[in-house]
Amino acid sequence: MNQGTAPVDSSHWPEAIFDVLCDAGVGQVAYVPDAGHARLIELCIADESMQAVALTSEEEGVALLAGAWLGGARGVLLMQSSGVGNCINMLSMVQECRFPLLAIVTMRGEWGEFNPWQVPMGQGVGAALANAGVIVHHVDEAGEVAETVAAASKLAFNAFRAVAVSISQRVIGSKEWK
Amino acid sequence: MNPSEASPASLDRREVVAQLLSGRGDALLITGLGSTTWDAAAVGDGAANFYVWGGMGGAAMIGLGLALARPERRILVITGDGEMLMGLGALATIAVQRPKNLAVVVIDNEVYGETGMQFTHTRHGVDLAGMAAAAGFESARTVYTQSDLDTLTTVLYDAPGPLFADIKVSTERHETVLPPRDGTYLKHRFRRALLGDAEEGALAGRNS
Repeated sequence: MNQGTAPVDSSHWPEAIFDVLCDAGVGQVAYVPDAGHARLIELCIADESMQAVALTSEEEGVALLAGAWLGGARGVLLMQSSGVGNCINMLSMVQECRFPLLAIVTMRGEWGEFNPWQVPMGQGVGAALANAGVIVHHVDEAGEVAETVAAASKLAFNAFRAVAVSISQRVIGSKEWK
Repeated sequence: MNPSEASPASLDRREVVAQLLSGRGDALLITGLGSTTWDAAAVGDGAANFYVWGGMGGAAMIGLGLALARPERRILVITGDGEMLMGLGALATIAVQRPKNLAVVVIDNEVYGETGMQFTHTRHGVDLAGMAAAAGFESARTVYTQSDLDTLTTVLYDAPGPLFADIKVSTERHETVLPPRDGTYLKHRFRRALLGDAEEGALAGRNS
Protein backbone atom coordinates (compact mmCIF):
# COMPACT_ATOMS: atom_id res chain seq x y z
CA MET A 1 0.00 0.00 0.00
CA ASN A 2 1.04 3.59 -0.38
CA GLN A 3 2.28 5.67 2.51
CA GLY A 4 -0.44 7.57 4.26
CA THR A 5 -3.27 5.29 3.20
CA ALA A 6 -5.28 3.88 6.06
CA PRO A 7 -6.49 0.31 5.70
CA VAL A 8 -10.18 -0.28 5.12
CA ASP A 9 -10.27 -2.74 7.98
CA SER A 10 -8.87 -0.85 10.93
CA SER A 11 -8.31 -4.06 12.90
CA HIS A 12 -5.38 -4.73 10.57
CA TRP A 13 -3.32 -1.83 11.84
CA PRO A 14 -0.22 -3.98 12.49
CA GLU A 15 -0.20 -5.05 8.84
CA ALA A 16 -0.66 -1.41 7.87
CA ILE A 17 2.37 -0.38 9.95
CA PHE A 18 4.39 -3.15 8.35
CA ASP A 19 3.56 -1.83 4.87
CA VAL A 20 4.62 1.66 5.94
CA LEU A 21 7.94 0.33 7.29
CA CYS A 22 8.58 -1.48 4.00
CA ASP A 23 7.82 1.66 2.01
CA ALA A 24 10.15 3.65 4.28
CA GLY A 25 13.04 1.29 3.61
CA VAL A 26 13.38 0.14 7.19
CA GLY A 27 16.06 -2.56 7.40
CA GLN A 28 16.62 -3.09 11.12
CA VAL A 29 13.75 -3.78 13.49
CA ALA A 30 14.73 -3.58 17.17
CA TYR A 31 12.20 -4.84 19.66
CA VAL A 32 11.45 -6.13 23.09
CA PRO A 33 8.67 -8.73 22.81
CA ASP A 34 5.31 -7.11 23.47
CA ALA A 35 1.71 -8.25 23.17
CA GLY A 36 0.60 -5.09 21.38
CA HIS A 37 3.36 -5.39 18.79
CA ALA A 38 3.24 -9.20 18.52
CA ARG A 39 1.71 -9.35 15.03
CA LEU A 40 3.97 -6.62 13.62
CA ILE A 41 7.05 -8.32 15.08
CA GLU A 42 6.01 -11.61 13.44
CA LEU A 43 5.70 -9.88 10.08
CA CYS A 44 9.11 -8.26 10.43
CA ILE A 45 10.81 -11.51 11.45
CA ALA A 46 9.27 -13.24 8.43
CA ASP A 47 10.51 -10.57 6.00
CA GLU A 48 13.93 -11.53 4.68
CA SER A 49 14.79 -7.94 3.80
CA MET A 50 14.50 -6.94 7.45
CA GLN A 51 16.85 -7.78 10.29
CA ALA A 52 14.80 -8.30 13.44
CA VAL A 53 16.90 -7.77 16.56
CA ALA A 54 15.45 -8.87 19.88
CA LEU A 55 16.75 -6.76 22.76
CA THR A 56 17.17 -7.44 26.46
CA SER A 57 16.23 -3.82 27.20
CA GLU A 58 14.98 -0.96 25.07
CA GLU A 59 18.00 1.33 25.39
CA GLU A 60 19.97 -1.26 23.44
CA GLY A 61 17.71 -0.48 20.51
CA VAL A 62 18.47 3.24 20.64
CA ALA A 63 22.19 2.50 20.37
CA LEU A 64 21.65 -0.23 17.76
CA LEU A 65 19.78 2.14 15.46
CA ALA A 66 22.45 4.81 15.90
CA GLY A 67 24.95 2.27 14.61
CA ALA A 68 22.61 1.29 11.80
CA TRP A 69 22.37 4.90 10.66
CA LEU A 70 26.16 5.27 10.79
CA GLY A 71 26.25 2.32 8.42
CA GLY A 72 23.60 3.71 6.09
CA ALA A 73 20.61 1.65 7.25
CA ARG A 74 17.27 2.76 8.60
CA GLY A 75 15.60 1.15 11.55
CA VAL A 76 12.61 1.20 13.84
CA LEU A 77 12.33 0.60 17.59
CA LEU A 78 9.22 -1.27 18.75
CA MET A 79 8.43 -1.17 22.44
CA GLN A 80 5.85 -0.93 25.16
CA SER A 81 5.41 2.27 27.16
CA SER A 82 7.30 0.76 30.09
CA GLY A 83 10.38 0.62 27.86
CA VAL A 84 10.43 4.36 27.28
CA GLY A 85 11.94 4.97 30.69
CA ASN A 86 14.74 2.54 29.93
CA CYS A 87 15.82 4.64 26.94
CA ILE A 88 16.24 8.07 28.47
CA ASN A 89 20.00 8.50 28.84
CA MET A 90 20.70 6.70 25.56
CA LEU A 91 18.42 9.20 23.82
CA SER A 92 20.98 11.90 24.64
CA MET A 93 23.12 10.29 21.93
CA VAL A 94 20.28 10.69 19.45
CA GLN A 95 19.80 14.35 20.31
CA GLU A 96 23.48 15.23 20.36
CA CYS A 97 24.29 13.50 17.07
CA ARG A 98 20.88 14.25 15.51
CA PHE A 99 20.38 10.62 14.59
CA PRO A 100 17.00 9.91 13.03
CA LEU A 101 14.90 7.71 15.33
CA LEU A 102 11.55 6.11 14.58
CA ALA A 103 9.95 4.46 17.60
CA ILE A 104 6.51 2.92 17.86
CA VAL A 105 5.24 2.64 21.41
CA THR A 106 2.26 0.54 22.44
CA MET A 107 0.70 2.10 25.49
CA ARG A 108 -0.03 0.60 28.86
CA GLY A 109 -1.18 2.41 31.96
CA GLU A 110 -3.91 4.44 30.35
CA TRP A 111 -7.20 3.44 28.62
CA GLY A 112 -8.85 0.71 30.72
CA GLU A 113 -5.67 -0.36 32.51
CA PHE A 114 -6.03 -3.04 35.22
CA ASN A 115 -2.45 -3.17 36.55
CA PRO A 116 -1.67 -0.11 38.67
CA TRP A 117 2.09 -0.69 38.32
CA GLN A 118 1.85 0.16 34.63
CA VAL A 119 0.28 3.56 35.27
CA PRO A 120 3.25 5.69 36.44
CA MET A 121 5.42 5.03 33.39
CA GLY A 122 2.49 4.94 30.99
CA GLN A 123 1.28 8.34 32.16
CA GLY A 124 4.83 9.69 31.99
CA VAL A 125 5.58 8.63 28.43
CA GLY A 126 4.71 11.90 26.69
CA ALA A 127 6.60 14.14 29.09
CA ALA A 128 9.57 11.79 29.36
CA LEU A 129 10.01 11.56 25.60
CA ALA A 130 9.51 15.29 25.15
CA ASN A 131 12.13 16.01 27.80
CA ALA A 132 14.52 13.70 25.97
CA GLY A 133 14.02 15.60 22.72
CA VAL A 134 11.68 13.14 21.05
CA ILE A 135 8.66 14.36 19.08
CA VAL A 136 5.54 12.38 20.01
CA HIS A 137 2.55 11.61 17.79
CA HIS A 138 -0.24 9.97 19.79
CA VAL A 139 -2.88 7.81 18.09
CA ASP A 140 -6.28 6.96 19.55
CA GLU A 141 -7.98 5.55 16.45
CA ALA A 142 -6.95 2.37 14.64
CA GLY A 143 -7.69 3.93 11.28
CA GLU A 144 -5.13 6.66 11.92
CA VAL A 145 -2.23 4.41 12.87
CA ALA A 146 -0.76 3.89 9.40
CA GLU A 147 -0.86 7.50 8.29
CA THR A 148 0.64 8.59 11.60
CA VAL A 149 3.52 6.12 11.34
CA ALA A 150 4.07 7.22 7.74
CA ALA A 151 4.22 10.86 8.81
CA ALA A 152 6.55 10.02 11.70
CA SER A 153 8.81 8.08 9.35
CA LYS A 154 9.13 11.08 7.06
CA LEU A 155 9.86 13.39 9.97
CA ALA A 156 12.49 10.95 11.26
CA PHE A 157 14.32 10.09 8.06
CA ASN A 158 13.77 13.20 5.93
CA ALA A 159 14.04 15.81 8.65
CA PHE A 160 16.49 13.84 10.82
CA ARG A 161 14.47 13.89 14.00
CA ALA A 162 13.64 11.51 16.83
CA VAL A 163 9.95 10.68 16.58
CA ALA A 164 7.78 8.30 18.59
CA VAL A 165 4.27 7.18 17.73
CA SER A 166 2.36 6.17 20.84
CA ILE A 167 -0.59 3.90 20.19
CA SER A 168 -3.36 3.98 22.77
CA GLN A 169 -4.62 0.93 24.61
CA ARG A 170 -7.93 1.97 23.11
CA VAL A 171 -6.55 0.78 19.76
CA ILE A 172 -4.63 -2.24 21.02
CA GLY A 173 -7.26 -3.47 23.42
CA SER A 174 -6.74 -3.59 27.15
CA LYS A 175 -5.08 -6.69 28.51
CA GLU A 176 -7.73 -9.08 29.81
CA TRP A 177 -7.26 -10.28 33.41
CA LYS A 178 -9.30 -13.31 34.35
CA MET B 1 40.12 2.79 47.70
CA ASN B 2 43.75 3.11 46.89
CA PRO B 3 44.79 2.64 43.27
CA SER B 4 48.07 1.16 44.46
CA GLU B 5 46.09 -1.83 45.73
CA ALA B 6 44.58 -2.43 42.31
CA SER B 7 45.20 -5.20 39.83
CA PRO B 8 48.80 -6.26 39.15
CA ALA B 9 48.12 -6.31 35.40
CA SER B 10 51.17 -5.09 33.56
CA LEU B 11 49.97 -4.30 30.05
CA ASP B 12 49.84 -0.58 29.23
CA ARG B 13 46.51 0.54 27.77
CA ARG B 14 48.01 2.98 25.27
CA GLU B 15 50.43 0.39 23.96
CA VAL B 16 47.65 -2.20 23.81
CA VAL B 17 45.31 0.02 21.80
CA ALA B 18 48.15 1.08 19.50
CA GLN B 19 48.98 -2.55 18.81
CA LEU B 20 45.34 -3.49 18.23
CA LEU B 21 44.83 -0.64 15.77
CA SER B 22 48.12 -1.09 13.93
CA GLY B 23 46.60 -3.78 11.74
CA ARG B 24 43.10 -2.36 11.38
CA GLY B 25 43.17 -1.74 7.64
CA ASP B 26 39.74 -0.38 6.71
CA ALA B 27 38.05 -1.60 9.90
CA LEU B 28 35.52 0.77 11.40
CA LEU B 29 36.06 1.71 15.06
CA ILE B 30 33.57 2.55 17.80
CA THR B 31 35.01 3.62 21.17
CA GLY B 32 33.25 3.89 24.52
CA LEU B 33 33.13 7.04 26.58
CA GLY B 34 36.18 7.93 28.64
CA SER B 35 39.64 6.48 28.48
CA THR B 36 39.20 4.22 25.46
CA THR B 37 38.31 7.28 23.41
CA TRP B 38 41.47 9.07 24.59
CA ASP B 39 43.46 5.90 23.82
CA ALA B 40 42.14 5.75 20.26
CA ALA B 41 42.71 9.46 19.74
CA ALA B 42 46.30 9.06 20.95
CA VAL B 43 46.87 6.52 18.18
CA GLY B 44 45.38 8.91 15.64
CA ASP B 45 42.08 10.53 14.79
CA GLY B 46 40.28 9.65 11.56
CA ALA B 47 36.91 9.55 9.87
CA ALA B 48 36.51 5.80 10.41
CA ASN B 49 36.53 6.39 14.18
CA PHE B 50 33.25 7.12 15.94
CA TYR B 51 33.73 8.12 19.56
CA VAL B 52 30.80 7.72 21.91
CA TRP B 53 31.12 10.57 24.40
CA GLY B 54 27.89 9.67 26.22
CA GLY B 55 25.20 7.03 26.29
CA MET B 56 27.22 4.87 28.68
CA GLY B 57 26.59 1.19 28.01
CA GLY B 58 25.78 1.68 24.34
CA ALA B 59 29.10 1.21 22.55
CA ALA B 60 28.76 -2.51 21.81
CA MET B 61 25.20 -2.06 20.55
CA ILE B 62 26.27 0.73 18.19
CA GLY B 63 28.83 -1.75 16.93
CA LEU B 64 26.11 -4.34 16.36
CA GLY B 65 23.88 -1.95 14.41
CA LEU B 66 26.84 -0.97 12.27
CA ALA B 67 27.93 -4.59 11.79
CA LEU B 68 24.46 -5.62 10.61
CA ALA B 69 24.24 -2.63 8.27
CA ARG B 70 27.68 -3.22 6.74
CA PRO B 71 28.36 -6.98 6.76
CA GLU B 72 31.22 -6.56 4.29
CA ARG B 73 33.25 -4.45 6.73
CA ARG B 74 35.04 -5.39 9.94
CA ILE B 75 33.69 -3.55 12.97
CA LEU B 76 35.78 -3.10 16.12
CA VAL B 77 34.38 -1.81 19.40
CA ILE B 78 36.94 -0.77 22.00
CA THR B 79 35.44 0.18 25.33
CA GLY B 80 36.14 0.14 29.04
CA ASP B 81 35.10 -2.33 31.71
CA GLY B 82 32.80 0.20 33.39
CA GLU B 83 31.09 1.01 30.10
CA MET B 84 30.66 -2.68 29.24
CA LEU B 85 29.29 -3.48 32.69
CA MET B 86 26.55 -0.87 32.21
CA GLY B 87 25.36 -2.63 29.06
CA LEU B 88 25.82 -6.33 29.79
CA GLY B 89 22.58 -7.23 28.02
CA ALA B 90 24.34 -6.33 24.79
CA LEU B 91 26.48 -9.45 25.14
CA ALA B 92 23.34 -11.60 24.95
CA THR B 93 21.79 -9.56 22.15
CA ILE B 94 24.98 -9.67 20.06
CA ALA B 95 25.44 -13.40 20.64
CA VAL B 96 21.93 -14.09 19.36
CA GLN B 97 22.58 -12.07 16.19
CA ARG B 98 25.98 -13.73 15.63
CA PRO B 99 27.56 -11.01 13.46
CA LYS B 100 30.68 -12.55 11.90
CA ASN B 101 32.23 -9.12 11.33
CA LEU B 102 32.08 -7.74 14.87
CA ALA B 103 34.74 -7.75 17.58
CA VAL B 104 34.21 -6.25 21.03
CA VAL B 105 37.34 -5.49 23.03
CA VAL B 106 37.27 -4.30 26.63
CA ILE B 107 40.28 -2.43 27.96
CA ASP B 108 39.91 -3.59 31.55
CA ASN B 109 41.79 -1.64 34.22
CA GLU B 110 39.25 -2.73 36.85
CA VAL B 111 38.54 0.86 37.90
CA TYR B 112 36.39 3.81 36.89
CA GLY B 113 39.22 6.00 35.66
CA GLU B 114 37.20 9.14 34.99
CA THR B 115 35.48 9.33 38.37
CA GLY B 116 38.24 8.73 40.89
CA MET B 117 39.58 5.22 40.29
CA GLN B 118 36.83 3.39 42.18
CA PHE B 119 36.87 -0.38 41.66
CA THR B 120 34.57 -1.85 39.03
CA HIS B 121 33.01 -5.28 39.43
CA THR B 122 35.83 -6.85 37.39
CA ARG B 123 38.18 -5.93 40.26
CA HIS B 124 36.02 -8.17 42.43
CA GLY B 125 36.25 -11.08 40.04
CA VAL B 126 33.43 -10.58 37.56
CA ASP B 127 34.59 -12.32 34.40
CA LEU B 128 33.44 -10.43 31.29
CA ALA B 129 34.96 -12.94 28.86
CA GLY B 130 33.20 -15.71 30.74
CA MET B 131 29.94 -13.85 30.36
CA ALA B 132 30.50 -13.36 26.62
CA ALA B 133 31.35 -17.03 26.22
CA ALA B 134 28.29 -18.08 28.18
CA ALA B 135 26.14 -15.78 26.05
CA GLY B 136 27.37 -17.56 22.95
CA PHE B 137 30.10 -15.43 21.39
CA GLU B 138 32.03 -17.37 18.76
CA SER B 139 35.25 -16.57 20.59
CA ALA B 140 35.88 -15.01 23.99
CA ARG B 141 39.13 -14.65 25.91
CA THR B 142 40.86 -12.74 28.66
CA VAL B 143 44.23 -11.27 27.75
CA TYR B 144 46.79 -10.99 30.55
CA THR B 145 50.20 -10.98 28.85
CA GLN B 146 51.99 -9.63 25.83
CA SER B 147 51.93 -13.12 24.38
CA ASP B 148 48.13 -13.27 24.80
CA LEU B 149 47.88 -9.87 23.16
CA ASP B 150 50.01 -10.92 20.21
CA THR B 151 47.73 -13.91 19.66
CA LEU B 152 44.63 -11.73 19.80
CA THR B 153 46.13 -9.27 17.34
CA THR B 154 46.60 -12.03 14.77
CA VAL B 155 42.91 -12.98 14.81
CA LEU B 156 41.20 -9.69 15.64
CA TYR B 157 40.37 -8.71 12.07
CA ASP B 158 40.08 -12.15 10.49
CA ALA B 159 38.50 -14.70 12.82
CA PRO B 160 34.75 -15.25 12.46
CA GLY B 161 32.86 -13.20 15.02
CA PRO B 162 31.36 -12.26 17.20
CA LEU B 163 34.69 -12.08 18.97
CA PHE B 164 35.16 -10.82 22.52
CA ALA B 165 38.35 -10.00 24.38
CA ASP B 166 38.83 -8.58 27.86
CA ILE B 167 42.33 -7.16 28.12
CA LYS B 168 43.68 -6.65 31.62
CA VAL B 169 45.71 -3.44 31.73
CA SER B 170 47.45 -1.49 34.46
CA THR B 171 45.76 1.45 36.18
CA GLU B 172 48.41 3.85 34.94
CA ARG B 173 46.82 7.04 33.67
CA HIS B 174 47.94 8.85 30.56
CA GLU B 175 47.62 12.27 29.05
CA THR B 176 44.02 12.90 28.00
CA VAL B 177 44.06 13.17 24.21
CA LEU B 178 40.79 14.71 23.08
CA PRO B 179 39.38 13.91 19.65
CA PRO B 180 36.49 15.92 18.16
CA ARG B 181 33.44 15.76 20.41
CA ASP B 182 30.64 17.37 18.42
CA GLY B 183 28.26 14.48 17.78
CA THR B 184 26.84 15.73 14.50
CA TYR B 185 30.33 16.33 13.15
CA LEU B 186 31.48 12.84 14.10
CA LYS B 187 28.36 11.32 12.54
CA HIS B 188 28.62 13.20 9.25
CA ARG B 189 32.36 12.60 8.99
CA PHE B 190 31.92 8.88 9.54
CA ARG B 191 29.01 8.51 7.11
CA ARG B 192 30.69 10.56 4.39
CA ALA B 193 33.82 8.42 4.62
CA LEU B 194 31.83 5.20 4.60
CA LEU B 195 28.93 6.00 2.30
CA GLY B 196 30.10 8.88 0.15
CA ASP B 197 28.53 12.29 -0.39
CA ALA B 198 25.33 11.05 -2.02
CA GLU B 199 24.40 8.67 0.76
CA GLU B 200 25.44 11.15 3.39
CA GLY B 201 22.81 13.40 1.84
CA ALA B 202 20.53 11.07 3.81
CA LEU B 203 19.15 9.16 0.87
CA ALA B 204 20.23 5.90 2.45
CA GLY B 205 17.55 3.26 2.25
CA ARG B 206 17.28 -0.27 3.40
CA ASN B 207 20.65 -1.89 4.04
CA SER B 208 22.37 0.47 1.68
